[in-house]
Amino acid sequence: MKNKTSCLPQEAGARPSRCPDNSAFKQQRLPAWKPQLTIATVLSSFFLTGAFCLSVGICLILSANSIREFQINYSDKCSECSKLRENTSNWNKECHCSVNFTLKEDMLGDVFMYYGLQNFYQNHRRYVISRSDAQLLGQNVNIEKSYCAPFTTYQNGTPMAPCGAIANSMFNDTIDLFYNLNSSVVQVPLLKTGNSWWTDKNVKFRNPKSDNLSSAFAGTARPPYWQKPVYLLDEEDERNNGYVNDDFIIWMRVSAFATFRNLYRRVERVKQFVNGLPAGNYTFHISYNFPVTKFKGRKHVILSTVVWSGGSNPFLGIAYVVTGTAATLMGFVITAIHLKLRKKKTYFQK
Amino acid sequence: MALSVDSALYRWQRRGDERPSQTLSESTPLLFSGRNKPKLNLNKWRIVFPNNGRQQKDWKQASTFYSGNRMQTTKYTWFTFLPQNLFEQFHRLGNLYFLFLVVLNWFPQVEVFHREITMLPLIVMLLTSMIKDAIEDYRKHRFDKTINFSKTRVYDKEEHAYVEKCWKDVRVGDFVQLQCNETIPADILLLYSSDQNGVCHLETANLDGETNLKQRRVVLGFSSQNALFEPEFFQNTIVCEMPNNDLNKFKGYMEQPNHERIGFNIESLLLRGCTIRNTEAATGIVIYAGHETKAMLNNNGPRYKRSKIERRMNMDIFLCVGLLFVMCLVGAVGHGIWTGNFSEHPPYDIPDENGNFLSPALAGFYMFLTMIILLQILIPISLYVSIELVKLGQVFLIHNDIDLYDEEADLPIQCRALNITEDLGQIQYIFSDKTGTLTENKMVFRRCTVDGIEFSHQENARRLETHKELDLDDEEFSKLQHFTLPPMNTETSATLKQRTMRPLRRCQSARAHFQGHTRNRSLGRRDSNQSQVAFSSTLEKDVAPDSRLLRRVREAALQTENLSPFIHMKTSPSLTDFFLALAICNTVLVSTATEPRQRVTVPPPIKPSGITLDKIHQIFQRLKLASLSQSFSSSQSSSDLGASFSAKNTEEHLAALDCCDNDDNCCTSSRSYELQGKGSTDIGGASLDEVFKSVTNSSLPTDFCYEAESPDEAALVYAAQAYSFTLVSRTPEQVTVRLPQGTLLTFDILYTLGFDSVRKRMSVVVRHPLSKEIVVYTKGADSVIMDLLEDSAKDDISAEKRMKRIKEKTQKHLDYYARDGLRTLCIAKKVLNEDDFLKWANFRREAEAAIDNREELLMETAQHLETKLTLLGATGIEDRLQDGVPDTITALREAGIQIWVLTGDKQETAVNIAYSCKLLKQGDTVFTINTESKETCESLLNLTLEEVRKNYEVEKSQKKFFGIIPTSCSVSEAPSPEFGLVIDGRTLNIIFQGGLEEKFLALTQHCRSVLCCRSTPLQKSMVVKLVRSQLKVMTLSIGDGANDVSMIQAADVGVGISGQEGMQAVMASDFAITRFKHLKKLLLVHGHWCYARLAKMVIYFFYKNVTYVNLLFWYQFFCGFSGSTMIDYWQMIFFNLFFTSMPPLLFGVLDRDVSAETLLGLPELYKNGQNSEIYKLSTFIITMLDAFYQSLICFFVPYLTYKDSDIGVFSFGNPINSISLLTILLHQALEMKTWTLLHVVTMMGSVAFYFIFSLIYNATCVLCNPPTNPYWIMERQLSDPIFYLLCLITPVIALLPRFFIFALQGTFGASLILKAQQLDKLPKEEQNLEIQKLRSGKQTTSGAPVASPASNDDLEQNISHLSVSPFLHPAAAAVSHGHTGSQGLSASEVNPLRKQTLEEGYYFFNRWAEEESTATDLSAGPFSGQYSLVPSRATPSGQDSGKLTKGNVNRGSHRRSVSAVTL
Repeated sequence: MKNKTSCLPQEAGARPSRCPDNSAFKQQRLPAWKPQLTIATVLSSFFLTGAFCLSVGICLILSANSIREFQINYSDKCSECSKLRENTSNWNKECHCSVNFTLKEDMLGDVFMYYGLQNFYQNHRRYVISRSDAQLLGQNVNIEKSYCAPFTTYQNGTPMAPCGAIANSMFNDTIDLFYNLNSSVVQVPLLKTGNSWWTDKNVKFRNPKSDNLSSAFAGTARPPYWQKPVYLLDEEDERNNGYVNDDFIIWMRVSAFATFRNLYRRVERVKQFVNGLPAGNYTFHISYNFPVTKFKGRKHVILSTVVWSGGSNPFLGIAYVVTGTAATLMGFVITAIHLKLRKKKTYFQK
Repeated sequence: MALSVDSALYRWQRRGDERPSQTLSESTPLLFSGRNKPKLNLNKWRIVFPNNGRQQKDWKQASTFYSGNRMQTTKYTWFTFLPQNLFEQFHRLGNLYFLFLVVLNWFPQVEVFHREITMLPLIVMLLTSMIKDAIEDYRKHRFDKTINFSKTRVYDKEEHAYVEKCWKDVRVGDFVQLQCNETIPADILLLYSSDQNGVCHLETANLDGETNLKQRRVVLGFSSQNALFEPEFFQNTIVCEMPNNDLNKFKGYMEQPNHERIGFNIESLLLRGCTIRNTEAATGIVIYAGHETKAMLNNNGPRYKRSKIERRMNMDIFLCVGLLFVMCLVGAVGHGIWTGNFSEHPPYDIPDENGNFLSPALAGFYMFLTMIILLQILIPISLYVSIELVKLGQVFLIHNDIDLYDEEADLPIQCRALNITEDLGQIQYIFSDKTGTLTENKMVFRRCTVDGIEFSHQENARRLETHKELDLDDEEFSKLQHFTLPPMNTETSATLKQRTMRPLRRCQSARAHFQGHTRNRSLGRRDSNQSQVAFSSTLEKDVAPDSRLLRRVREAALQTENLSPFIHMKTSPSLTDFFLALAICNTVLVSTATEPRQRVTVPPPIKPSGITLDKIHQIFQRLKLASLSQSFSSSQSSSDLGASFSAKNTEEHLAALDCCDNDDNCCTSSRSYELQGKGSTDIGGASLDEVFKSVTNSSLPTDFCYEAESPDEAALVYAAQAYSFTLVSRTPEQVTVRLPQGTLLTFDILYTLGFDSVRKRMSVVVRHPLSKEIVVYTKGADSVIMDLLEDSAKDDISAEKRMKRIKEKTQKHLDYYARDGLRTLCIAKKVLNEDDFLKWANFRREAEAAIDNREELLMETAQHLETKLTLLGATGIEDRLQDGVPDTITALREAGIQIWVLTGDKQETAVNIAYSCKLLKQGDTVFTINTESKETCESLLNLTLEEVRKNYEVEKSQKKFFGIIPTSCSVSEAPSPEFGLVIDGRTLNIIFQGGLEEKFLALTQHCRSVLCCRSTPLQKSMVVKLVRSQLKVMTLSIGDGANDVSMIQAADVGVGISGQEGMQAVMASDFAITRFKHLKKLLLVHGHWCYARLAKMVIYFFYKNVTYVNLLFWYQFFCGFSGSTMIDYWQMIFFNLFFTSMPPLLFGVLDRDVSAETLLGLPELYKNGQNSEIYKLSTFIITMLDAFYQSLICFFVPYLTYKDSDIGVFSFGNPINSISLLTILLHQALEMKTWTLLHVVTMMGSVAFYFIFSLIYNATCVLCNPPTNPYWIMERQLSDPIFYLLCLITPVIALLPRFFIFALQGTFGASLILKAQQLDKLPKEEQNLEIQKLRSGKQTTSGAPVASPASNDDLEQNISHLSVSPFLHPAAAAVSHGHTGSQGLSASEVNPLRKQTLEEGYYFFNRWAEEESTATDLSAGPFSGQYSLVPSRATPSGQDSGKLTKGNVNRGSHRRSVSAVTL
């Protein structure tokens, strides 16, 4: 190809030439790396990927296997309470229920206690938006303008605190764990704070500024489904009351799926629970308030330990292993094809 | 960016469709009452009253109806901008779609996003276009302002003088005085010119790009010419046509107070935007102003074309709409079912504000609408914006390609259409004009025939050949060397060159440069050091004269000099007449090199000659002997060319006798030279030349620049100059020619009958200064002139016989010229007697004054005059092939592009050019179809088609047979003949009228190339349209002249060549290049790149949007089809807007899948685009499936990972968003074939920008996006190992299949593109070697001729040489025989009975190589049978080819006067 290096200079005095610049960019001659799928790069990429994925996958599976998890469906076990809650008119009747279970192995390390809900669509579009973050931040806002409707005010105009469907439908069972040790019953010490995100607790949620909480929430009313107002969520701990209540904060972080778990308590590692939960018989004492049967839901309580790679879900490890295997197999297939074609000499070689 | 032509014209956008108010009612009192004028229809006529106070009232009222000269091209004003712009923008479908979504989102039931968020894309779109429009409009406004406020001198009736006024204040009826070099402010009727002849010169470069000067003359017969024009006393009323956009037509009359009418036409109209040149002052009256001027009415602005990819894309967008509908339906139904499942409403199903719940059906319906909003980007509206941007980038790069830059003209390629770059990569058919496109349109005088004697101009030819650097056939070359011509000739040409070069350069540099289109003109610009270029420019100028002819001319000149002015002109040999005609019969303007642009109007007063005649005579006598023998030798060499030249010697005698009528000496010597044979001639020749040179040099400066409307005129004038008939000056009234002996003859021009494409000839009527005879010199197409010749000389039989023989001879030569690819012109003359002339002149004047059908009348008078002509001779002008044309055509052909040539030229010329530019190969079978009846045409088509099909079947069976045996055996197989089709305009007409299009197309599809000769512009465009619409192929038209405009517009891609013929073609084109060879890189490289880039980008965009949107869709299955999103809205919107927008754009502009060198080396790579291999339905579907797969992976890997965990909605969305970003970018990375630093930076930048933006956004936003509230999510994710593990594995899983398939493709190595990519990696030499290998490999496998390229070329050279000499060629001889036969018949054509006896014509160009192959090829048996049928029809074919151009059907086929063609 002809390669004009430069245009000829124009005669002096003439108008500037319209000759295009001979720059690499304009002539599309920028130095470039042209990746090419040669057999070496292809095979090495497949085998390397395969090896890497396999090793990571195996690590993940091993670590996931070290997790101990115990799960119990108490909405079935406490069928009487479930029935009672089916009728909304019984909303203020208390209902208690005990569930016994046995841990066959020790659960070592930090033990987390979750409540799990099934078939509860916290991710429903209109449910997700039904909150007022400004209100939760303690600001005095007109919640009429928020997306809280219809859980904004009562008929008489009293605003709800907190407003919105999420808050209204807050999970309000209380679960206590007892350890049955040689016929004596020991209550497992559970931490109810420190379960939520630090940023949530300290930045996103604030109680309205006032001398005390009850005055701060004066002029507002509890959401209709609640049994007690927001400033009575935790009467023992001032810093866990009102909007900054951990249970409330955690509930307000809506779950991604209809079946989900939320962190409820952590086992405090004291006394005989220093290393976690020892094997043995336990009992959950549940104050059953949250109705689930009307949407065919289930409630679980879950005890679980945690490792660096997350919870008990082994999927990621499996995915890595499968991918690694697939990549390696593909590498072999390509090798085979390559060898076969190479012998035939029809394959284009450099 | 200089993307569009930056001429002023372009910006003069027409303001809407504003027309002057047509409602000028009949009742307007001013125009009709009070004056007993015939009622004029004001819808047809415009009346202009002078604004000099004389008809003040009339003027005032009339001028209110006519638009002023203020120019306003802006679309908007300050107040109308917003509403009008918005209104216009909402005409676009995309914006309406957005608007629909915004409105939809306003309903709380279906609201997905914040109202503000949905409005964002719409607002961004509207704002960007608004800003763009505003800037554009402001620029226009500023431009208008400068124009409107430029000054001109207008007559003021109060002050009775010319005063300075702004252009905008000029009114219709104003008198305007213009100075030299001033731009004309409005369309002005010229009333006075400082030139004594009433002529004013215009430069119309701004209007049509033609840089030669146009003459305009004061309204003929308008009295106040000699005196200074006083507007005050102007009393006439002007009536002319309504404003229209025809630049070449204008008519009207001026009514004097005494009701006498003076007609005028376009010759007197000064057009707005042109520049006055060479005239000190001109005065005129404004006829049209402002937007009613012709320049403005002509301005239509750029066109909008839609490319093939875009059409394809729109279809796919409909598929996307379908997909969207289905997905929304799924959502709606799903939601309905989900809602219906609950017997009681769960706490998460929220009632509306009043506590009511929707019924499942209604909820489903709302959900449908919600889903439309949610999944809106499934319809990739952003794609349109991106495509526009990418195309801008592509155009920028094409525009800047240095290989497409023409140094000579200082013109890079102009991309006028911004939105069809990728069409360049998909062309399947090219329709090319011939002259000026394939050829240079720089005419070179090659041969002439005078009095039936052919002068072959061997010297000139040889000079040309050596420069052409083509391997001359050895044999001929040695022969030429053997008969060496005296050094005199080479010397002259050398000195001549030297002489001409210097002034020429000066001439060029002094020339004004015009914005937009400086052209290379025939007078030869030289500004490059390259020898070739330098050569081609002097090419037309210096013609090495044929020594034999030169001698004769000088002889003749001496004789006339001796005897004149006493002898009668009639006795002077027709040689003198011939050259006089060449010099006079034209419209060439003369300017001297020292004073460019100053016409030479008055010959400088000089003495006739410095050397006495006696001396010349003396020298001549001394040298005569020698020079004659020299002439013999040259004639000998020329006669070697063809056998039939054997008759020449006798001819020669005849001529010799002719010239010797007055000189006995001569005769004796001419006899003696036969005896003498060759002799030493050198000294004689040289000294003779010296003498003449001294004669010519002493008398006048010879540096004349000739500016001609058409290049062949200039070529002829230069040719005449070479024989010392120098055109010295030209005015409308007089033309001065210097004769060889140095005398200056000044002819009075009585009339000039300009060229038009119907008559195909032009004439001048002059009065000979010596004999006072009135002579008509005519030159024109041979087909026309031959019919107009005097049928029989009355006086004596011998003369008649001679005339007839001369005519036959000339015709023979003409046919030979045509076959040699020369353009032929016949020169004839006629002597009028005074009475006849006066009669005719009256006639003519009447016609000129006529208003209605003046054109016809003028034509009629012209035809009346041009009869009974005496043939003087004919010329053959070569239109040289442009550089690299054969090479380009071969490459394009290899690229799988069918090339058709559509030309107005003669069949023989066209066929020859086709051979020489390798459009046809010597071995091809060429079918020629010329017929006038439908039936024969149909049967011919059938017959040919059958023939071709038979051949194909044979070929196929052979292939099958050979398919088993290794390819090396097929060497024995004769090269399969390929087919060419030659068809003429008449036949095309029949095909179109008779509904034979399908058969024609079926036939053409089997043909290697198709030539349509003698076709009109309309036919050209019809052919293009036919092919385009019937075959559904991508077409490209390329041409350079006004007659190609319709063809250029009809094709998908129009390419204009900015060459010799003005700017019309360029103005109509999408791309304008300067040389045909640029087409190669434009198509093969840029076309391929643009197509590949854009196609991949479009596909990628679909992929990207579908992948991303599907993530949201999959989530619907887990949120009860409620329309939730797990990704923060801002991040979602920014995803498309910023995070993933740059890499594909960069990819679309810069990716190079294969290097330019390889693309040029392997034209076959072009087929990739031609077959739309990158972007077609299957690839679209595959991509869609892949997109679905990838989105599934991107969603479900995180889903399964986070299943049953305490993950929040937006904490779940964040990794998904990140993963999809990585996947989408990595996908892009896989597609990218070139990685420059820029690519790496954008790629990395996109990822980095995403993370940085997310981090900042998630850290600062506590409340800013209330319900979603992404606070601290990213930060938390980044501290979670699972996030990283996900980001690693998901893209791998998602892209693994694609990568695997790529790898497999690479391993199987099937596609040529991949091979080419591998080639790119090789070092230079190896690369070339591989390319060679690949190409030859292709050829052997395809069963094409296996001869090595070199030997092939040799063969072709031989063949071409053989076929060029026509008299050896049986078929060609048959044709020429047919021609002469027909000539004989048409001479006696007075007989009306013959008229209807036209028969079909059908013959094969049975080429030498073809015969060879049939002889060896047994399978071609049916062929030989067919041949017997052919000759029987050959004779009739001759008959009608003689009639080829009878009638007025062939309009505009001639190249010469562009302006004569209206489209």
